[in-house]
Amino acid sequence: MIRLNGQDSDVRAGESVAEVLGRLDVPSDARGVAVAVDGEVVPRAQWDSFMLQEHARVEVLSAMQGG
Amino acid sequence: MRDAIDTSLAGGTANGAPTTAAPAAGVDQLKIADRTFGSRLLLGTGGFPSLAILGEAIAASGCEIVTVALRRVDPGARGSLIDVLADAGVELLPNTAGCHTARDAVLTARLAREAFETPWVKLEVIGDEDTLLPDAPELLRAAEQLVDEGFVVLPYTTDDPVLARRLADVGCAAVMPLGSPIGSGMGIRNPYNIALIREAVDVPVVLDAGVGTASDAALAMELGCDAVMAASAISRAQDPVRMARAMRAAVQAGRLARAAGRIPRRLYASASTPNEGLPEFP
Repeated sequence: MIRLNGQDSDVRAGESVAEVLGRLDVPSDARGVAVAVDGEVVPRAQWDSFMLQEHARVEVLSAMQGG
Repeated sequence: MRDAIDTSLAGGTANGAPTTAAPAAGVDQLKIADRTFGSRLLLGTGGFPSLAILGEAIAASGCEIVTVALRRVDPGARGSLIDVLADAGVELLPNTAGCHTARDAVLTARLAREAFETPWVKLEVIGDEDTLLPDAPELLRAAEQLVDEGFVVLPYTTDDPVLARRLADVGCAAVMPLGSPIGSGMGIRNPYNIALIREAVDVPVVLDAGVGTASDAALAMELGCDAVMAASAISRAQDPVRMARAMRAAVQAGRLARAAGRIPRRLYASASTPNEGLPEFP
């Protein structure tokens, strides 16, 4: 099971970060988006090549209004 | 004795002279790290009723720097904050709001650098849920690490001159002391400390948090702050765009007043009309 933004997901091991973004309707050229896997930043340049492993914890973040 | 009893904190040294050289028109720029800005008002983007009003408020405020946060993607979100901010032509200052440890704040800053392509970060490490006051040891730890990693760090800090100096010493590009708790609108609870912070550090001081209305922003500038950040005071005002305009004017007024050098406070009156030539009536 891979956790996506704090919830169990049907993302499978071996999927790329880019594919996960696709599931969230986030285009790979979206501005103001960042991804962390298991508490480490996955740079944009690695979104296509970074493959998720079983039990990975993925956070997909975007710009939000805030002080 | 009718001497001045208190050479007020608001503006000027003990002899009443301004501590800041009077700025020439048009060249009084705010300098943080290697950037200069014409506006001394920073705007927080949180709490606006809509993105359209946010855009209008940015324009009305004249600000050049706005804060943004990072949160989990909401697939149902409508409108793009990033587009609004890009259209406004403002610099983004990502924050680490919601972080309670140095570790989380550092990771959030790294993510923000990736998301917004800027090494600038408004560092927030919160230590208490009710007051949202900063956690000083964690804040200092995070600041030191982020500076080491090449970030331009602007820490949200308590109104403690010693902590402000420690933050500047580890390489922060500015310090952002609170006037009072975030969103409280309680103004500047300890003007004395804010004035001391201005004396304690060589980096810009940006009064952050607690501003409730325009006079709070003016006071911050009169105390010697280099800039003011406002979020809720504008975004949650009944008319945010009008309040943005008010804050802009207040920051400019306070800056001018500081440079002009206010008169000392006196216990008794000091006639402004001379007594010489006063007629005597039978």
